[in-house]
Amino acid sequence: MRVAYWPGCVSRGFTPELHGSMARIAPLLDIELVALERASCCGAGVIAEHNPELADTLNARTFALAQGAEGTALMMNICSTCQGAQSECQERLDASAEYRARINETLADEGLTYEKGLTNKNFLWLLVEELGLDLLRERVRRPLTDLRVGPFYGCYIVRPDDRLGIDDEHPRETYLAQVIEALGGTVTDYAGSHKCCGFPIITMNKDASLKQAGRHLGDAVDAGADCLVTPCPLCHLNLDLQQPLAERVVGRDLGMPVLHLPQLVGLALGLPPDQLGMQRHVVKPTSVIDWTASVVGEVDATAARG
Amino acid sequence: MAEFTLRLRRYDPESGDAPYWEEHTVDLEPHRSVLEGILQAKDRFDGSIGIRCSCRAAICGSCGVRINGQPDLACHTHLGRAEKRSKDGVIEVEPMGNMPVIKDLIVDMEAVHWKKIRRVTPWLIAKQPVPEREYIVPRESMVDVTQSMACIQCGACVSDCLSMEVDPEFIGPAALAKAYRFVGDPRDDQHFERLKDLAEDPHGIYDCTHCFQCISACPKGVAPMNQIMRLRRRAGNDFKIEDRNNGERHEHAFASLIKQYGLLAEAEILPRSYGGDTPLAKFKPSAAAELASSLPSIAKALLRRKVTPAAVLKPHRLARQDLGQIKRIYDEVEGREERAEFNIYISGKDEDR
Repeated sequence: MRVAYWPGCVSRGFTPELHGSMARIAPLLDIELVALERASCCGAGVIAEHNPELADTLNARTFALAQGAEGTALMMNICSTCQGAQSECQERLDASAEYRARINETLADEGLTYEKGLTNKNFLWLLVEELGLDLLRERVRRPLTDLRVGPFYGCYIVRPDDRLGIDDEHPRETYLAQVIEALGGTVTDYAGSHKCCGFPIITMNKDASLKQAGRHLGDAVDAGADCLVTPCPLCHLNLDLQQPLAERVVGRDLGMPVLHLPQLVGLALGLPPDQLGMQRHVVKPTSVIDWTASVVGEVDATAARG
Repeated sequence: MAEFTLRLRRYDPESGDAPYWEEHTVDLEPHRSVLEGILQAKDRFDGSIGIRCSCRAAICGSCGVRINGQPDLACHTHLGRAEKRSKDGVIEVEPMGNMPVIKDLIVDMEAVHWKKIRRVTPWLIAKQPVPEREYIVPRESMVDVTQSMACIQCGACVSDCLSMEVDPEFIGPAALAKAYRFVGDPRDDQHFERLKDLAEDPHGIYDCTHCFQCISACPKGVAPMNQIMRLRRRAGNDFKIEDRNNGERHEHAFASLIKQYGLLAEAEILPRSYGGDTPLAKFKPSAAAELASSLPSIAKALLRRKVTPAAVLKPHRLARQDLGQIKRIYDEVEGREERAEFNIYISGKDEDR
């Protein structure tokens, strides 16, 4: 499947292991990534807060570039925040022909036009809805047996449900759990899975921001998770990069590794942890690495059968 | 008729006993409300079940509860749909969050919700002199505040506000939506004072994490978070209020970095949010102090090569031609005489016409 691929900013900046691991696993899932190198930041909700029309125009430019990417079936992103911020702009653009015409007039100088109805899916949605969990199960070379994984979705990819196309046929708020199970892992239920990591207010109210991260991580520790997995690099910044500070705020040791979704998928597909950039995390994913080196997790045992 | 089982959370603080769950099975059509189910259980099985309700038509805002973990009005939720969304076929009903429980499903709105509403001076401070007859206001300006006026004060958004969960002093979604109702009203005389107050409060408009929880919770489409974002726009863009919480600086630094680089330069956003929108921000005392306090995280990130010095000194950016396009879009849109705000709540969607 050939997709117009929007990696986002943070996945190439402060969480380079996300973009890197996506590039590693794509060929193993027959996904061909056509990167949108010319597209700009989605605005992460902040540009929309500053000036909604500006955010709508910048994202309409990205959508137009995606629609012009030859032979692609749809646009794919790897960031919950990109998904939510872009869906918000797309909702306005698709709602009114008059508004869309106004935005397209601004883009006309660049020879770009956005046409209503782009499909823009996070890798998580693409995995479940386009590739399918059956195919994923088939490709697993190292099932995540006995690995207890807590899902952490990120606000932007679960709310509001009408904008994000969440309904009875598309229970997208359960997809992480479904993927963890398809990879052979065990889902750990805990209070924070659909809550906010606190990152957006890290520069405004640092204490409240880190309290959110610390509380959810602590809940996951108490529920017995070996690690968390998230489709959002901004959540990763608060949950992993800031975890040493969050530990101070909530007054307890956490030591909870946080994996990017493509890293978790990559492990199950048989890739070694260092190829997935797991040595780059602030919280060493020791529990996960130990697991990949264990007898149960040994890749060759299953690969030989397959 | 169909049978539905309700799992109600019971609690009487005066009894000294811990909260507990209690199940009752009721007979009602699937399109009848969860409130009717609760009232039938109260009528048939246990008269002591505590629930507050009045209009039964989603207009009085009395029966806010959590149904299967989600805040909503009990009278506004069909039994059939609630059962479908339940974990185990039993409809779970508990009191709203972020507020103390008085009894069973009744929370103390006075202790939290109403206190916060009063915090934002929820009445019109009339422009002087008051006209002899009526105020004449443009139609558009009143249409603009209709969304915040749709609030029925049920507290569903307060119940699940994720910022309030960790910071109980946060003014919160309902009260801030109410604040926009007056900031957006041309008859009000204190727009600047209201905004200055809410921007400078460490638990004010910049304490919202943008988590969409209140948008999902609201049964009336008020979208409190959107009203908070409008308060920020009015404060930072229109009144140029530079608050002590870095709210305005963060927003402007972010917008300006995207104009400059096309992509987010993460290493610049933190110092500029503290020290102002300049590359020299990191040398300002406020930014330097913040960077120093984040040292445990920064040191580990550098050590693990998660963040490299090269990425910090030379942020990623788009190609020259594309940056030119981004700059031109900024200049055109920001150069407009009036900032456009296309609001689907007011305009509707083409396909619904």
